[in-house]
Parts: sequence; structure tokens; C-alpha cells
Amino acid sequence: MSQPESAVADAQAGGRSGEPLAKLAKRYGLRRAIARPRFPVYVRQLWERRHFILTYATSRNVSKYSNSTLGQLWQVLTPLLNAAIYFLMFGLILGGSKNIENYPAFLLTGMFIFTYTQRTVTAGAKSITGNLSMIRALHFPRASLPLAYTIQELQQLAISMSVLLVLVVATGEFPTWFWLMIPVVLLLQTMFNIGAGLVVARLGASMRDLNQLLPFITRTWLYASGVFFSIQAKVVGSAGLPQWVADLMYLNPAASFIEWMREILIKSHNPELGHHPPTMVWMSCVFWAVFALGFGFWYFWRAEERYGRG
Amino acid sequence: MAETKELQQVKGDKPAVPKDAKARPAAKSTGKAPLDVPTGTPTVIVDDLHIVYRVYGAASDSEKGNAVNALTRILKRQGRPQMKEVHAVKGVTFVAYHGDAIGIVGRNGSGKSTLLRAIAGLLPPHKGAVYTDGQPSLLGVNAALMRELTGERNIVLGCYAMGMTPAEVREKYQEIVDFSGIDEFVQLPMSTYSSGMGARLRFAISSAKTHDVLLIDEALATGDREFRKKSEERIRQIRESAGTVFLVAHDLRVIEETCNRVIWLHKGKIRMDGDPKEVIAAYNKG
Repeated sequence: MSQPESAVADAQAGGRSGEPLAKLAKRYGLRRAIARPRFPVYVRQLWERRHFILTYATSRNVSKYSNSTLGQLWQVLTPLLNAAIYFLMFGLILGGSKNIENYPAFLLTGMFIFTYTQRTVTAGAKSITGNLSMIRALHFPRASLPLAYTIQELQQLAISMSVLLVLVVATGEFPTWFWLMIPVVLLLQTMFNIGAGLVVARLGASMRDLNQLLPFITRTWLYASGVFFSIQAKVVGSAGLPQWVADLMYLNPAASFIEWMREILIKSHNPELGHHPPTMVWMSCVFWAVFALGFGFWYFWRAEERYGRG
Repeated sequence: MAETKELQQVKGDKPAVPKDAKARPAAKSTGKAPLDVPTGTPTVIVDDLHIVYRVYGAASDSEKGNAVNALTRILKRQGRPQMKEVHAVKGVTFVAYHGDAIGIVGRNGSGKSTLLRAIAGLLPPHKGAVYTDGQPSLLGVNAALMRELTGERNIVLGCYAMGMTPAEVREKYQEIVDFSGIDEFVQLPMSTYSSGMGARLRFAISSAKTHDVLLIDEALATGDREFRKKSEERIRQIRESAGTVFLVAHDLRVIEETCNRVIWLHKGKIRMDGDPKEVIAAYNKG
């Protein structure tokens, strides 16, 4: 990068012969206009902006459907239509329902849980690049944006989750006391999603091509997470691979959350465990939630002052 | 690099500082003792500031959208032609003091808005630094508002975006509606507003907050004549309550009326800095 030589002349003309300006600034207690706050301060600033984050998320959800005739009804219709297509495709045509009892509930649970993470990641990648004009005009902790996008998806999830529960009951499952664990799983998943959203937001801000790549990444993830099939049965049973391959696949965050939710909702899913998730699965969920949230905030905060550059 | 060519042209332009610098002693005596100036506390110090923008999608027709071209570029390890670097501010240095109202003039693309954004701390400097007292704020919330939403929701959203608390929002809400004069239209989506109504509401929202250092970008005072008067009055009030005001406008009359110092930016550099009358006279000649 070449620096203009005449900048020096400019600076001198600006009256810079005496005390350096940096010193002058220090003497009067002026601070750099762009400085990254320390991490605890940053988190506090973010908390102070909670009303903005919530309002922004709600506003986006309202404006999203404002042009369609059915409006907010699409929030229910979209997951329903998705469920119907996947059931037709994987349940009936490809015959994935073999060997899995209550396949509709199995598939729908996987699909709805996966969609939540997938949508958050996809939206998060655009949260900085899609709001550059706002970033260049207003002051706020930039993490507000990916956070608002995650909350927007969480609001959608509240609706699709009720759809899921109705459908699961319709397939013959009965609500049990274990359903009280549903919010816990969703909370952990939300923590993971926030972290993942923050990470892709920073990546997306510097790598524009990420938005083009993401659909392929999420699709691969979808197939690796056992949404349409049972990982255990497919990997160890049909393919004859060693057990550790299946275990590794269960450790992927999406697969862990799906597995736990299936355990809660579907009686015939690993009946010997009786609605309790395998230790490995719930530990994986907790680990990913805590790790992603912590790492995501730290990673995003590290580039805080650079987001406006585009 | 694209900017070097332009630099060659600019290099000849030596910044002209007005002869009688007494008109603005503070601007000249930064190094010595600014204390002898009555309102002599510096509030904004801009030290050899350079801003470089990265612009995407600015490729010419022949270069873009062709897969073969893209592939050969990757093979030849060339950068993307769509990504250009624009050196918008090239080494700007000045000190602003408490009570200053500084007008910034210059042609389109001379880096005025970029300079304001950098002072506001919204654009990271490529080189150099901006030091400020408190948090300078740009007057404008347009980017946070959503056309599909009602005026009502937009007022709340805009106020939160500027960092207000719920109590402040409740307190200011009616004032904003009254000032904008959009009455019952506040219940309708902003996409149904006429351009004047939209501008009025945006101005009403953005001017609802008070600031230490305020940066005003041009074309704020739009709308009909009555509203123009109202908003000019509002800007004056804001100026009085704020410590230091920067004003970017193409309307030189507004600047001459409201500012006590004018900076003329030319191709990202300070061409002249001093008394409004002199600088504007020179600017009109140039």
C-alpha cells in the first residue's frame, strides 16, 4: 500500500510543528474514536442494548411476511410444508422408514431441530454484510446483529416447535413428564446457535464467498447428522463400520441435539434407555453449548472495530 | 494500485492555509497552548487520518460474471477485480475545540461523509487516529428503519437503535410524532408514506437524542418549506446543546450562517481550513 507523500505536508500545514497530537489528546483525556472495549465491558454494553436486539428481531419477523397475503401464517405453514415434503421424499419414496418405528416423528423431530441451527447459521453469515449501512451510521456493539438474527429464529422456533409437538402427538406419542426437558435442550441448542452465528458472522464479514458456500456446507451437515436415518443402524449396522465412527458422528452438535430430542419425544427410540439420553449425547450437547457461546463471543469481539470496513 | 494515478494529480495541490490565521487562532496553535483560547478544550483531534474503503462489485462489464475469466484469474493468482480499494481520506489533520461548529465543504466524492464516519468511530482508520471526548454521533437512523413497518414501530426501533432506554422512548415518542407532523399516518407502514413524510419522520427520530459531539450529514432538512424551517430551528437547538458540531452540506449558505470554521476537503485532503467567509469564497472560485 502506497502512502501519499504529501500527507506529511498536509500534517505540517495543519499546525503540527509542536507537540504531537497524540500527546495533546492524552493531555486532555481524549480517547481513540474507535477502540475495542474490554470483553466484560463489551458484554455489559450488549446487555444494555437488549431492547434494541429484541425489537430488531421482532421487527424483522414482522416485516418478513408483510408482503404475503397469508402473512404470519407462513411461520406455521413453512415448517408444515417442509415436513410433508421430507416425509414424501425420505419416508415413502426412498423407504427410509424401514426398521425405524414411528418414522414420521423420527424424521420431523430431526428436521425441525436441524432447521433451527441451519437457519441461524445461514442468517448469521449475512448479519454483518447485510447491515453495513447501519454499522456505518450507528453505534452499538456489533454482536447485537448476529444475536438479533438468532433471536429472530428463536421466535420462529417457538411456532414450529408447537407444530412439531402437535404432529408428534398425532403420530401416536403421548406427552410424558420428560417433555419438561424440551426447554432445556432448546436452551442448550440456542446457546450453541448464538455462538455459531457469531462465528459465521465474523467469517462472512471478511469472506464474501461464504454465503455462496454455506448451502453446501449445511447440506453436508444435514446428511451427516442422521436426520433421515439412524446413525447407529446405518453406520454400524448396514455399512459395517466400527462403533467409534458412529460415536464420532453423534458428537456433532446437530446430531447430539436431535438425538436428545428424539429420546424425549419418541417412546420407541432406544426403548431400553427410557427417555434418558445416552451420557455421551447430553455431555456433547452441554459441551457444544458452553464452548460455542464462549468462543463465539470472544472470536466475534476480537474483530469488533473492523466490521465497518466492508 | 488505482489510487496512485489519482495521487499524482493531487500531489501538486498544496493545502492553502488562509493568510490571516488570526481568524481562527485555535486551528493554528494546536502545538502550543490552546488554553489561551476562551473555549480552548479540544474535543476532537484528527491526526494524519487515512481511510481506505474496500468496494465490491465495481468491476467493468468485460471483467465480471464470466466463469472462464474467473478461473483464469484464480489460476494466475490475481485478486478479484471486483474488489477495489478506495483511498477516500488521505492524511487529514486538524483539531476541533469545544463550541466549534465546523462546516465541511467539498465536491462529491471528496471524502466528506467518510471523514464524518471516521470521526464517529464507525470506520476504522487505515493509518493515523481520531481522538475524541465522549462518543461522537452521526445524526441519522435511516439505516435502522424498515419500510414495511408502521411509523409507530419504526419510531421505537429507531430510538432503540440510537441507544435509548425504554423510559426515554416512551418519553420521546409523542414528541417525535408531533414534530414530524405525520399524525394518523403513524399507524401505516412507512412504505405508504410520501417521500416528504418519510424524510420528516426520519429527521424527527434522529434528532430526538442529544449528543456531545454531533455530526450532521447533508440533506437532513428536507420536506416542505414549513418543515424546513422547523428542522433548521431544531438543528440550531441541537448545536447549542452539543459541545462540537460538524456539518456537511452542499448548501453553502447554511454553512456560512451556522458555522464558525470551515474545512474544505478536496480529493481526500484538506485544501483549506479557516474562517467561513474566506474558505467559501476560495471554494467558489476554485
